[in-house]
Amino acid sequence: MCQALAKGKVRFTEPSGEPPTTFPFMDFSPSEDHEAIRDGVRRVCVQFPDKYWREKDEQHEFPWDFYQAMADGGWVGIAIPEEYGGGGQGITEASIVLEEVAASGAAMNGCSAIHLSIFGMEPVRKYGSPELVNEILPKVADGSLHAAFGVTEPDAGTDTTSIRTRAERDGDEYVVTGAKVWTTKAPYCDVCLLLVRTTPKELCDGPTQGMTLLLVDLQDPAVDITPIPKVGRNAVVSCEVRYDGLRVPVSRRVGEEGQGFRYILDGLNPERILISAEALGIGRVALKKAVAYANSRIIFGRPIGQNQGLAFPLADSHARLHAAELVIRDASWRYDKGLDCAAQANLAKYLASEAAFECADRAMQTHGGFGYAKEYDVERYWRESRLMKIAPVSQEMVMNYVSNKVLGLPRSY
Amino acid sequence: MKVVVCVKQIPDPALPGELDPSTNYLKRDDKLILDESDSYGVEMALQLVESAGGGDVSLVSMAPNGAVGGLRTALAMGAEGAVLVSDAALAGTDALGTAKVLAAAISRMSPDLVLAGVESSDGYTGTVPEMIAGALNIPSITFAKQIQIEGGNVKVQRQTEAGYDDVECPTPALVSVTAGVVEPRYPSFKGIMAAKKKPVEELDLSALGIDSSSVGKNGARQETVQVTDAEERQAGEIIEDDGDAHEKIIEFLGELKVI
Ligand SMILES: Cc1cc2nc3c(=O)[nH]c(=O)nc-3n(C[C@H](O)[C@H](O)[C@H](O)COP(=O)(O)OP(=O)(O)OC[C@H]3O[C@@H](n4cnc5c(N)ncnc54)[C@H](O)[C@@H]3O)c2cc1C
Ligand SMILES: Cc1cc2nc3c(=O)[nH]c(=O)nc-3n(C[C@H](O)[C@H](O)[C@H](O)COP(=O)(O)OP(=O)(O)OC[C@H]3O[C@@H](n4cnc5c(N)ncnc54)[C@H](O)[C@@H]3O)c2cc1C
Repeated sequence: MCQALAKGKVRFTEPSGEPPTTFPFMDFSPSEDHEAIRDGVRRVCVQFPDKYWREKDEQHEFPWDFYQAMADGGWVGIAIPEEYGGGGQGITEASIVLEEVAASGAAMNGCSAIHLSIFGMEPVRKYGSPELVNEILPKVADGSLHAAFGVTEPDAGTDTTSIRTRAERDGDEYVVTGAKVWTTKAPYCDVCLLLVRTTPKELCDGPTQGMTLLLVDLQDPAVDITPIPKVGRNAVVSCEVRYDGLRVPVSRRVGEEGQGFRYILDGLNPERILISAEALGIGRVALKKAVAYANSRIIFGRPIGQNQGLAFPLADSHARLHAAELVIRDASWRYDKGLDCAAQANLAKYLASEAAFECADRAMQTHGGFGYAKEYDVERYWRESRLMKIAPVSQEMVMNYVSNKVLGLPRSY
Repeated sequence: MKVVVCVKQIPDPALPGELDPSTNYLKRDDKLILDESDSYGVEMALQLVESAGGGDVSLVSMAPNGAVGGLRTALAMGAEGAVLVSDAALAGTDALGTAKVLAAAISRMSPDLVLAGVESSDGYTGTVPEMIAGALNIPSITFAKQIQIEGGNVKVQRQTEAGYDDVECPTPALVSVTAGVVEPRYPSFKGIMAAKKKPVEELDLSALGIDSSSVGKNGARQETVQVTDAEERQAGEIIEDDGDAHEKIIEFLGELKVI
């Protein structure tokens, strides 16, 4: 082995072809645990077939029995530390759970039902007081407590620091006034992790200062929740939520006053990784349906999949999904190892949501007219995978991140 | 109370199975999984022990190449340990040989009750459980839909075409469980992780004191003489509707004597 390599100065394979043993490259050998997790989640999901999700979506009904089955199996709490009754696993394992849920055909209706419980309370675990952590985490882990996440406002989505919902201190309480939009699952949630302004932006040293994270009670009379009619993922509502003088005990503040934005930022990378895995799962199920249909539908005396005009887009989607999967694994592995993963998590989200929507669109095209019918489910994947290009972060904002932070181009936001 | 459940590990039925053309044996080189037919026995055993307020559920399996994939699933459901019999000399063992081997393994475990499936999903001769009981010289009850242990007796609702019979016998006994009579629990995440640490004792023929010539291909009294493909399903008859299609369908069903 060359000297520089032995000292860890050279990162990549030498011309001699010797593998760089000092650099911790990813390990692609199959993991028995991961296979067991996939198998375990599939066993739960087979109980909830396409028909179940079609009906839940059409009837705008939360999938309670699915949620309960996932909670009972310990899958909802998989990434919560064992000391709070969770599974103590990393973001890699959590992303595998969500990928399998999506790939079972549950797609976003299944994933969004459990998504926030899986890693959404990480800011509480990391920055919350011991009392808050001990109260909240065990209930999230066993599925008995539902939590929402309230950041986006009518005039502040991508531009988070422009939020106007404010909390004023009154003795031992904060009084919260304002409006959020798109708060997912709000009507069924006990609590919401809410980002509020405690100091107006104008009075702060920087725009990211002066925001605070509160864990608020969503079922209080001072909270008014209105579902927003939307394109898809209709089993799980997203809502406009008004806070009209909601009183929140100071003990429900997560971490320090004024530091809320920093706490939220911390959770963004894992969130992106999970969303990428959900997109990947939808891509997988869309591709599976497309291939089955392309093999069985006979037109002009031969299976339509024999036409390269249909086959190549599907093969291309397979390639893109596989590439996205590798970037997801790169990002989740880095996160679990405690390495910086912002660039990888952003790329994973970009590639996976692009690949998934494109694949769902091709699956619809493969199905011809039936692709537009509800009966074949691909239209659901099409509607649901579209979402990931917008939320939780838009493709443009990912490109902004890459342009500015990775490539060093001037900033546009 | 100690319950031993026989679980067969089989090639995944979702994958296309293949026979070895030289021996006509089913190829079992890939990962083996828990036969769904046996998940009911495992569930039944767990329920019995839970309602008895204590006891132990152990598994026994015979499978090639030290396969444990299916055992891990049953352990993840809640069984406490397993015995696996695996030996190259077992290749080609018939149902009787399988029963002898399993009986030898079970007798070392001294259970109060042995459960098995009525028939496996791949071999489905439906004969192994009764031959195990024969080899162990204990009573056996087939087609159980419900099992209760009371004192030294096992009480079984034995499924029949018309309903069920109540059958009772003293323990130790062997009972074969009808598929579908209980809802097998799915392994939880914690169950899966715990299963990795549960003991699986692997035994070969010499550990069981079985002469290898009495089992395997040479000991088998069952021989696969010939294998032919199952007949392809014929395409159905399509009746074009010229206004009288309903009559033609009624006539067709009449010929089949279904109406
Ligand atoms: C179904 C659904 C569920 C949601 N759930 C939640 C939830 O639970 N909690 C929550 O807080 N939020 C939630 N959201 C909100 C989501 O995170 C936001 O919609 C998203 O961040 C985009 O913000 P916006 O809608 O305000 O878009 P805007 O910020 O108004 O942006 C509009 C468009 O302009 C583009 N754009 C803006 N600035 C730039 C720039 N500098 N360069 C290039 N393009 C730019 C954006 O990419 C976007 O395409 C949800 C949204 C949906 C649709
Ligand atoms: C030609 C041939 C080759 C074979 N080669 C091999 C081999 O290489 N390696 C090998 O291990 N076996 C081998 N076997 C044995 C075979 O796989 C079956 O175990 C045996 O024939 C049982 O028949 P069955 O599946 O019809 O059981 P059934 O009588 O239908 O099964 C009923 C129940 O008995 C129990 N049971 C049956 N088999 C087993 C088992 N193996 N372990 C635990 N419980 C069981 C289960 O509870 C099952 O639900 C071979 C059999 C034949 C006929």
